[in-house]
Amino acid sequence: MDTEKYKIPQISVFIENKKGRFYNTTKVLKEANINIRAMSLADTMDFGILRFVVDKPEKAYESLIESNFIVKTNEVIAVAIKDESGGLSNLLKTISDLDINVEYMYTFVNNLDKKAVMLFKFEDIDLAIEKLLKENSELLDKDYFKKI
Amino acid sequence: MFWEKEKETMDRKSLENLQVGLLREKIEYAYNNIPFYKRKFDEYGITKKSIKTIEDIRKLPFTTKIDFRDNYPFGLLARPMKEIVRIHSSSGTTGKPTVVAYTKKDIKIWADLVARIAKAAGVTDEDIVQIAFGYGLFTGGFGLHYGLENIGAAIIPASSGNTKRQIMLMQDYGATVLVCTPSYALYMAEVAQNMGINPKKDLKLRIGMFGAEPWSEQLRKKIEESLNIKAYDNYGLSEIIGPGVAGECEAQNGMHVAEDHFIVEVINPETEEPVKPGEYGEIVVTTITKEALPVFRYRTRDITKLDYSTCKCGRTSVRMHKPIGRTDDMLIIRGVNVFPSQIEEILFNIEGVSPHYQIIVDRKGALDTVTVLVEANANLFFDEMKKQKLLLDKINDELKTTLGIDVDVKLVEPNTIERSEGKAKRIIDKRKF
Repeated sequence: MDTEKYKIPQISVFIENKKGRFYNTTKVLKEANINIRAMSLADTMDFGILRFVVDKPEKAYESLIESNFIVKTNEVIAVAIKDESGGLSNLLKTISDLDINVEYMYTFVNNLDKKAVMLFKFEDIDLAIEKLLKENSELLDKDYFKKI
Repeated sequence: MFWEKEKETMDRKSLENLQVGLLREKIEYAYNNIPFYKRKFDEYGITKKSIKTIEDIRKLPFTTKIDFRDNYPFGLLARPMKEIVRIHSSSGTTGKPTVVAYTKKDIKIWADLVARIAKAAGVTDEDIVQIAFGYGLFTGGFGLHYGLENIGAAIIPASSGNTKRQIMLMQDYGATVLVCTPSYALYMAEVAQNMGINPKKDLKLRIGMFGAEPWSEQLRKKIEESLNIKAYDNYGLSEIIGPGVAGECEAQNGMHVAEDHFIVEVINPETEEPVKPGEYGEIVVTTITKEALPVFRYRTRDITKLDYSTCKCGRTSVRMHKPIGRTDDMLIIRGVNVFPSQIEEILFNIEGVSPHYQIIVDRKGALDTVTVLVEANANLFFDEMKKQKLLLDKINDELKTTLGIDVDVKLVEPNTIERSEGKAKRIIDKRKF
């Protein structure tokens, strides 16, 4: 099975909890003409982890590295669910029943008709893709995020 | 390699006899030429006859930095200005600087002592040496300069600062030896890398002679790897003579003290009694050949230990361990003595930790807090909070186990900790006592 196309490149950036740091990150992306498709910010007392899915991941990575940010790339899965009450709950039940571990998740603003999209980081991405496809979950492929 | 082989390999019995003889002479000389020592020796009942064995040095009173300050600027000089050929001084962070002076003979001895440590590190007259110590009142620049010129090396007197130009000179002139502080060496490596210069391919450096600040074994490894050199430590302080008091041989296992010129003791800084052999304490130095400014039992405030075991290089002199800190660097945190070098050692043993760190001590209510800032890099950053926390917990645990106090490690963004072109600012103590 081709699981590769469902692996969506994500960029994580280390930022100190200091005024202007978040802005600086987005500024670099803006100057590189990169569109942020989805993002989340995990914060602690001292630092935060900023996670992005963008239209041009390689370019985003390079421009952030060039601006001396600490950057990691990794992969997430995007699952489309019905934009209605219980949509997320049903998906999480499936995931729970499948016994696959979620590291973290966040939502994504999209233009799919009556669908919401959840982004997941799983401990084992291949296993997660395989199992979710078997359950007929709707996975978005990575080309979807390249469209503007 | 030796510079004055006979003196450097003298058997210990003859060395001790030499020391006792020179010390007796110097006591009489200081008594007759320096009112400060006349007063002190009278007070303690010291004459040259008080010294029969080397242990008798303990009868002498100590000399401290305060004595230098009280006799500012020239009160401790034994020779008239007519015979003085050089004046140096150390930066006084508080109050007046410490002034030191040299006769022609002192300068000659100094150049020989520095030549010894350079030879011991393997420097030859074929080498091109870039001296990136500040030239000026600080003894580091001129001290190394005269010593290296003495052995016939070609010197690039780059002085400190303007790091990009330093690297350009190093590359274009093909420097084989670098002289500076260890923290500046590390900074140069970083700047070189940012300039797209690969020290292994683009530079010819083979030896580093680093001093003027305490540094750990781990920092040595980092510098050696990043600049592709062998890094040697040396020790000196301007009140004694400047660099050249002690230096490492190729065994890199402690710095050989020039004992035919200096008598060293290690004492407990609080009780002022000698420590047990091999224990850490404050190194106290007596000069036995200086003309302009003989100093007896100078309290260096540097914490180190002595090793009298024989060294494979053939030198018979005692070796002093890298100073682990200064009595005045020592932080007393919640009643526990902590040296910044202990923190450095732990940090550097953790895979991927960057060599730039800063220790901030503060007081919240009645409790001292220690925060250690470490610059994050790709090795220390995980996309997952869980792994990130595990790493920070691991560092905190190791610090706690070793130091016995809680320390809070914080990751900060790269290049946010101030870089130094001289001595690094590692500690910020915000406590108000």
